[in-house]
Amino acid sequence: MLIFRLAFKNIIGAGLRTWLSVLVLSFSYITIIFTQGMYRGMSQQITSAMIATELGDGQYWNSAYDPDELFDLDKANGVLPAEFDPAINSGQAVPILFYPGSIYPQGRLRPVIIKGIPDRQQVLAIPAQFLVVEDPEIVKAVIGERMANSCKLAQGDLVTLRWRDSDGTFDAVDVEIAHIMKTIVPAADQGILWLNLHQLQTMTGLDQSATMIVISPELTRRPDLPGWDFKSVYYLTEEIRAMVKMKSSGAMILYFVLIGLALIAIFDSQVLSIFHRRREMGTMMALGMTRLRLILLFTLEGAMHGVLAMLLAFIYGTPLLIWSIRSGIALPAISSRWGIALSDHLFPHYTIGLIVFTILLVMILVTVVSYLPLRRISRLKPTDALRGKLS
Amino acid sequence: MNQNNVIIQLENVVKDYRIGSGYFRALKDFSISFGHGEFAGFIGPSGSGKTTALNIIGSLDQPSSGTCLVLGENISTISHRQAANLRNHQIGFIFQTYNLLPVYTVYENVEFPLLLLGLSDTGRKKMITEALEMVGLTDKIDSRPAQLSGGQAQRVAIARAIVKKPALILADEPTANLDVKNSHNILELMVKLNRELGSTFVFSTHDPKVISYLQRIIRLEDGRIVSDQPQKQEL
Repeated sequence: MLIFRLAFKNIIGAGLRTWLSVLVLSFSYITIIFTQGMYRGMSQQITSAMIATELGDGQYWNSAYDPDELFDLDKANGVLPAEFDPAINSGQAVPILFYPGSIYPQGRLRPVIIKGIPDRQQVLAIPAQFLVVEDPEIVKAVIGERMANSCKLAQGDLVTLRWRDSDGTFDAVDVEIAHIMKTIVPAADQGILWLNLHQLQTMTGLDQSATMIVISPELTRRPDLPGWDFKSVYYLTEEIRAMVKMKSSGAMILYFVLIGLALIAIFDSQVLSIFHRRREMGTMMALGMTRLRLILLFTLEGAMHGVLAMLLAFIYGTPLLIWSIRSGIALPAISSRWGIALSDHLFPHYTIGLIVFTILLVMILVTVVSYLPLRRISRLKPTDALRGKLS
Repeated sequence: MNQNNVIIQLENVVKDYRIGSGYFRALKDFSISFGHGEFAGFIGPSGSGKTTALNIIGSLDQPSSGTCLVLGENISTISHRQAANLRNHQIGFIFQTYNLLPVYTVYENVEFPLLLLGLSDTGRKKMITEALEMVGLTDKIDSRPAQLSGGQAQRVAIARAIVKKPALILADEPTANLDVKNSHNILELMVKLNRELGSTFVFSTHDPKVISYLQRIIRLEDGRIVSDQPQKQEL
């Protein structure tokens, strides 16, 4: 307790030098927490959007389906297993049929993936109700906003769709854009044409077939089905996690610059302290302080920069972080072209673990940097220190 | 001198300092003892070994050979921790340059040795007030060293040295930075404290003003004691 009191008095007594280091260090705290919170928020936002629009609570893939082999997409399907009929009928699972095709907006060819989805499904946030077949002669389609913009298509427009059926015969039909949906998930938008499943099955001659079955969280049973492979949400979001982790690692450079600046300032203060305060150390030793306590005192003085920075960061950082959680960070319009599911605002996600980790990281680094220059004290002779010399 | 009264005993003490590849012998075959309540001082020119002797007695340094017993502790074999403990409990230091801790107030400077002793708040407050009353600085308790005159700063240093009522007070050139008037005031104060506290005062000085106050004068030359005699005090 004595050492704490003395260290606190000394560090406060050092005035401006202390507060400059503390200020820079507090920036480090806030930057690390804010940036990591942004990445976590981004990951969470992307994942929840993907779960809602694309992934559900997992997917059964037809064994022939490989997302990297789009040329074989017409063969990547199979007859829906009968075991899934109750789940599909009760709205706990939704079959989707993928099929390659091309559209000709403004006379230009545009390859698309046609996705057939039941019009009554409620598992995914796809407005399939617009695909209800009222006239079998009219094929309705739902497309995303990005797709509509890039193809210059509007609601009510007709666009020619061409595909090869299961026998390899080319066929074509004019589809009506029944609805343009707003979604932040590119995989449900860019290059995707949503049709009624039943209509697509008829068009392609793939009755009762699907490429995948997306299941809802209510469906707790995940049976093994021959010819179908279950993919969990964890598996399906692997790339997102890897991307966020990569971006998060890139941000480390910024942290190291900021923490590095603060640590250099603290290291300098400690080195200067040893030179400027040699007599003070000698006096303390003459008054009965041991070298160990002296090292402890000076290390603690350095480490207290971390504590004061934490308090300062708490004072101005808390309102800042709360504001960012409530209002979100506005993203530039161009971010919609990044190919990831981001809305126009990014909401950071701060956790107690993140805050505790940041505090521990900074405190450990500050303590180590504070201690390093003080090793010389272990050889310091009181007589030399009193004369202003270092042993 | 009565052997039971002896609190410091140096026998054949030698102190060598390494200089480059050779040695400088600061104390040569140095033997002396001091009794309880003495007011004595080492005098002599620069480099005669005054401060070295004081540092060894104060357990700030160790002899190269010989025996040095201070308040029952053998300084030649004492560990760093034991020496710190001895200084903390039994020895008070007064330095030429006052050596006050700059960020602490007068009160906190005087409090410092008591904090190391682990005394309670109430006990500390009583002792600090008493010490500051003795040196006449109760009105300066909240001042910082930079706000004090040389005389006041040395009084604070004295208060810090006496606050724990040590058996031994070592003063290294205590008046070297003070004017004549302040020097006499400080010395009068020390004489008074010596009488009231019964602590042994050992000085290192070449200041005639200090010498005139000493009861015992040990003259050093070239690391040896050349004379050791009492001084007649004017009544």
